[in-house]
Amino acid sequence: MAAITADIVPAPIAVPRSPGFWSGVLHRLCRDPVALAALAVLIVIVAIAILAPYIAPYDPTKGSVIRRLKPIGTEGYFLGTDELGRDMLSRLIYGARLSLIMGVVPVPIAFVIGSIIGIVAGYAGGLTNTLIMRTVDVFYAFPSVLLAVALSGALGSGLTNALVSLTVVFIPQIARVAESVTTQIRSLDYVDAARASGAPAFTIIRVHVLGNVLGPIFVFATSLISVSMILASGLSFLGLGVRPPDAEWGLMLNTLRTAIYNNPAVAALPGVMIFVTSICFNLFSDGLRQAMDVKS
Amino acid sequence: MLVYALKRLLHVIPVAIGVSIVCFMLIHIAPGDPLAAILPTDASLELQAQMRSFYGLDQPLPLQYALWAWHALRGDLGTSIATGRPVLAEILSASVNSIILAVAATLIGFTFGSILGFIAGVFRGGWIDRIASGLAMLGVSVPHYWLGMVLVIAFSVSLGWLPSMGGGPGGSDGRSFSWDYIQYLILPAVTMSVIPMGIIARTIRSLVADILSQDFVQALAAKGLMTKHVMRHVIRNAAPTAISVMGLQLGYLLGGSILIETVFSWPGTGSLLNGAIFTRDLPILQGTILVLAMFFVFVNLVVDVLQSAIDPRIQRS
Repeated sequence: MAAITADIVPAPIAVPRSPGFWSGVLHRLCRDPVALAALAVLIVIVAIAILAPYIAPYDPTKGSVIRRLKPIGTEGYFLGTDELGRDMLSRLIYGARLSLIMGVVPVPIAFVIGSIIGIVAGYAGGLTNTLIMRTVDVFYAFPSVLLAVALSGALGSGLTNALVSLTVVFIPQIARVAESVTTQIRSLDYVDAARASGAPAFTIIRVHVLGNVLGPIFVFATSLISVSMILASGLSFLGLGVRPPDAEWGLMLNTLRTAIYNNPAVAALPGVMIFVTSICFNLFSDGLRQAMDVKS
Repeated sequence: MLVYALKRLLHVIPVAIGVSIVCFMLIHIAPGDPLAAILPTDASLELQAQMRSFYGLDQPLPLQYALWAWHALRGDLGTSIATGRPVLAEILSASVNSIILAVAATLIGFTFGSILGFIAGVFRGGWIDRIASGLAMLGVSVPHYWLGMVLVIAFSVSLGWLPSMGGGPGGSDGRSFSWDYIQYLILPAVTMSVIPMGIIARTIRSLVADILSQDFVQALAAKGLMTKHVMRHVIRNAAPTAISVMGLQLGYLLGGSILIETVFSWPGTGSLLNGAIFTRDLPILQGTILVLAMFFVFVNLVVDVLQSAIDPRIQRS
């Protein structure tokens, strides 16, 4: 008998562990040359920002009256000098630090706050949803440039104030996306089942909702970084972001505006950096969206 | 239709009140005393108290808001600290220039954006699509204040074809449909048009590609209809969404014109705002933002209602 029983029990089949969602995303991303190239450029820019003190040839704040507005290709000053005689290359390298901080940091902060607001509103529904979302609508009713300028104009210039303003601009946008995906997920059967089985709200959100909503919100948030870069440098361009003599691309563009008649190529350089960074964030975000198969 | 319009209107009222509260609070989140800009630094305590009660700043916040909102509703937004003129008059004279600029930019952006998007959508996946989509991507990624500088460098500094800044020869009074005036509009309008161009091109591309893949288009083609006729159906189906995107973009451009107006010294609301920020002219700052934000809310409402009038299937919640 024992022998027969042993025959019936099937031998354990080696089931390969399913590769999982993220490795699929990574796999698809690796086959997207545009997204990879954009990522490579971004990594270089971040590396430049981190290593600025080691690779910048000069002190970015040290000027000289006798070598103001040297053209590109000047001996010893590869990218020329600015209106106060400071080395452009060094300033562009150091500028990457503040520009990246100002452009990138507001998005993850807004991602966390906006997701919490949106998920709570979407999951709670009813009156809580109405109260939260109507408040979000108020901030959403401002064009983003106007809201950013209004807040930092009222708060005054400075890095922290600019970061706060930009974060406030992006929270409602992220909260809206978070709320709409959460509302969709909430009405699905398995969430109902979890609720019927008596799981507390926090557990349902953690186990069933988060995993499904974070992807789309994340993709949306990455697409905001490019906007944030342009807006952040725009605030500095208006004199509302970092203060001189700190190097930041938008601020450099502003102070070099007077030089467009004498030295147009040098004056346009900081904008090229903003443009390149912003387009790479955009391309990478597009690639990520396709790899994660999230509809816009 | 009418019911929908009324419903939307009811929805807009709380948002508009909220927007006005945010604008009201701007002065109170500003660091320092709002009176600091008006009073001399050695003002006596007595004078300070007098001014405080004159401006109602000694009242509780909700009461201050109610008073301010009541005055704002009747068109009284206070007086500019810098010029002493009524805020509303300053905003109105500046907004004419901003509207001219934003409308010109929207028209340019819409024309080129729809052509780009349409071509990309029809030839979806091919190299034409890649080029057109690439251009659209450049449009949404470019820092437009920088693009403005580059255009000034190219067309004003190097070629000398167009003026680099200002609103025209005689200021607002000299406004006319002559080349003397229009040449000042070209560079800022083209610069500004890049933003809606990219967005409209992307929207139309996905719209057209979507419609082309639908059954009724296949059916039309199977019936032997010429491509020309099929395209007419595609355009008719894409038009409502395209027009609503255009309307929203107009609102965005009006509200977000500060960067471009600063680059070109265009005498609109953006320049007014920029000046107000640096002179700490809080009444102008607050008033301009209120008017621009309310206008944006209004544009949103009009677009929604118009869209549902053109295409009853679409009713945004």
